[in-house]
Amino acid sequence: MAEEKITYRRERIDRGIKARADTIFVISSYRDILYLLLPRVLPVVALLVLPLILPYYWSKVFTHTCMIALLALSWDLLASIGLVSFGQAALFGAGAYISGALNHYFHLPYGLAILIGIFGGATLGSLLLSPVVRLKGVYFAIFTLILSLLSPRIIESTDILGGSHGLAPIALFGSDLVATYVAVGAVLVCLFGFRRLIDEDYGAVMRAIRDDDRAVMSAGINIYWRKIQALFIASAVGSFAGAFTTHHFGFVGMTVFSLDYSILPLASAVLGGAGTFAGALTGAMILVPLSESLRAVGGLRIVCYCIILIAAVVYLPEGIFHYIARKYHQFERVVKV
Amino acid sequence: MEAVLIYGIITSMILSLWTVGLSLTYGISGLANFAHGALYVSAGFISWSFIHYTGLPFALSAIISILLAGLLGFGVYWGLLLRLRGIIFAEVIVTFVAGVAILQFLLWKGLYGYEYALPVFVKGTVEILGIPVDYQRLFIVGFGVALIAFLWFFTHNTRIGLAFRGIAQNELTAISLGIDSDWIGSLSLAFGSALAAVSAAVVLPLGLIEPNIGSEVLIYAVCVAVVGGMESIPGMILASFIIGFGQVVTATYWTPRCMTVVPLAAITLILAIRPSGLLGRFKELEERV
Amino acid sequence: MEGKPLLKVERLTKHFGGVVAVHDVSFELRAGEFVGIIGPNGSGKTTLVNLITGFVKPDSGDVFYRGKEITGKMPYTIAGHGIARTFQMVRLFHSLPAFKNVVIPLCSPRVKKLRGGKYGERDDVAIDLLHDMGFERDSFVPYKMAGSLPHGYLKRLDLVRAIALRPDLLILDELFSGMAMSEVASTLSMIEKFSESGLTVLMVEHRLKELFRVANRVIVLNFGQKIAEGFPKEVMEGEAVKNAYLGTAEEG
Repeated sequence: MAEEKITYRRERIDRGIKARADTIFVISSYRDILYLLLPRVLPVVALLVLPLILPYYWSKVFTHTCMIALLALSWDLLASIGLVSFGQAALFGAGAYISGALNHYFHLPYGLAILIGIFGGATLGSLLLSPVVRLKGVYFAIFTLILSLLSPRIIESTDILGGSHGLAPIALFGSDLVATYVAVGAVLVCLFGFRRLIDEDYGAVMRAIRDDDRAVMSAGINIYWRKIQALFIASAVGSFAGAFTTHHFGFVGMTVFSLDYSILPLASAVLGGAGTFAGALTGAMILVPLSESLRAVGGLRIVCYCIILIAAVVYLPEGIFHYIARKYHQFERVVKV
Repeated sequence: MEAVLIYGIITSMILSLWTVGLSLTYGISGLANFAHGALYVSAGFISWSFIHYTGLPFALSAIISILLAGLLGFGVYWGLLLRLRGIIFAEVIVTFVAGVAILQFLLWKGLYGYEYALPVFVKGTVEILGIPVDYQRLFIVGFGVALIAFLWFFTHNTRIGLAFRGIAQNELTAISLGIDSDWIGSLSLAFGSALAAVSAAVVLPLGLIEPNIGSEVLIYAVCVAVVGGMESIPGMILASFIIGFGQVVTATYWTPRCMTVVPLAAITLILAIRPSGLLGRFKELEERV
Repeated sequence: MEGKPLLKVERLTKHFGGVVAVHDVSFELRAGEFVGIIGPNGSGKTTLVNLITGFVKPDSGDVFYRGKEITGKMPYTIAGHGIARTFQMVRLFHSLPAFKNVVIPLCSPRVKKLRGGKYGERDDVAIDLLHDMGFERDSFVPYKMAGSLPHGYLKRLDLVRAIALRPDLLILDELFSGMAMSEVASTLSMIEKFSESGLTVLMVEHRLKELFRVANRVIVLNFGQKIAEGFPKEVMEGEAVKNAYLGTAEEG
């Protein structure tokens, strides 16, 4: 008597809710609506609730995560138009120093200082980087890297803006809780703002420039001006993060240019999935708490997330967010054959 | 005045030595190796390790470090970068991050302190134009000139060297002529890494081995390469002299505190005015139809 | 048709290193004409297109459009004046759906000025243009990612994108290469319709039979120089042209 061989086969079935294209859904029941809405609503609710329930130390980590998330979101925006930045720390530092100096030397209230910090940083960032925008992509990466590496060295050796001691004291926010909610608010505004932007035609032009800028030029669009606009927005966001942090800690020094602020956003965005913005946030939510818990090992934690980043690029180039999104829309089951 | 001249020349040669590995790798395969500084420090550390743990003489340790660096470069390309061809900017991201990881690792392991130093080749000083110059620095200048001359000859007169230049100028044509672009890519990274190790062996004896030097080398190498024109050896020399003398003149006649502004000013000016570099071959950088 | 020429190319020259790509080429285009540019491979046809549309700056010579000098201006400025082009090697936005590819030129300042479309409208205009150019109505094709379409579709998409710019001068660079015979015929009749309604067309082509059916005039290039110009039939009789394509008797 022959033994019947039972084999199993893994089936991957689409939920059948998409029609025509990835972005058009066919909704036929409240359950479908819930299914689509839940992944969008849940994280927002979580973000809004967390500041209330986290203990003090982790609340600080949470705020720091929001700042890194802002840098990651601005990195993602630049990447969407084809600009890869290795110098998010430079944007962060620009906003931090402008706002801190205004408060420290001129005693401007922190609200005004932050506001000027945002616009000052945005202007400075787009001004300095606009010549590079005409060149091959690698030059942008190089120049942003140089800026972020040289700025602290210049500040240290020329002893301006407080030199290696930094500037202190600097006005703190009135209430920690309010400050945290400002941070969360900024993250949500950027996240949904950028997603809206990229889905609109403005964002389509950005992605077209990334795909083939010559073709966009032949369509009558000034790609350099578009890139500068993207730079302005990204610099504004990065500068806000820096300005906010300055008044959150009450101090600004060369540490604002530290590699952490360049690599963590990069790693977050790549790990989470470049181009999705939600991925950048996801990546930050994973990596920053991880990096904090690794503080005990000192410099080794940077090595850790460098390794994570490389692994992500090699093994999961689409990023975690895309992966999860894909899995959400499909489910696998094992069937007997 | 003589001091400016002497120190200017020395600084310029050091800058050239720092840049040559990076420039060559980019010139051949278009790969901007942001791990250049990390390789530099690592090579010095490897040399030092061999000297202290196995008692080998410096020259031998240096040669081993050069070979290991070359192998590492080759291995990284084959094992890692090859997989990433096609994913935009993945190569740049990975080399940058790898470089940072290496330097942070060395920092964590405690690579700072007076015992981490490489021995000088010849001790002693000599007087030139009334300025005392130690033999090591003299050696650096001489070695630098010889190395650059050798590289110039190599890329213009040998088969591999000409293949390198062929790929650099037009990859598709070179491939259709039978030159294997992957091979050349890995060779170029190996070559660049080896050159980084060479300059480490020659220049590190001037000071201590510490991870911070990695960032410094990367910054200066990138600035010199961009200012001179990424694919051009004469451009690199010119740029290193401009930045080198710029630094020495600034330090002497103004204040040493402003020295770090020179490379930033140089790279900003060049990118704004003449982006392909002073002697860059591809004048129409913006036009790549 | 009297009056100023629409496009005037005067003594354009371009060298790439030691290679002469285009040498001393001059010609004129009048509004409404359908002119072909032909010549063997490597004769500088694409470089000439690049020179006119601003993608490559000439070493010497000038280009005038409606009397204004446009030599060496930025490609987007030239496109803004009303000169659209297609690319020999298909250049598309592969991360966007096909119809979004067509929306891109609709976002340009030129079209904005001519039409003033809002967000919702642009998508519809794009879809309509695609249907007019033969993309099947009510199919999913316009919504597919541009990178996933077959080659013939890509070429037509390139054409639609150029038309979406509402150009007065349309420059086509080997549009038919790689297209199936049926696609060529239908695409050509569409271009003919545009030409009849006033669009000036400059067409670089290798498929001479189709080109000669529609072109008023033909310019022949060889080794970067203009060697003949005139009615298609007459031009093909000329010695120089025959030698360019077929080689002289001694080489046979």
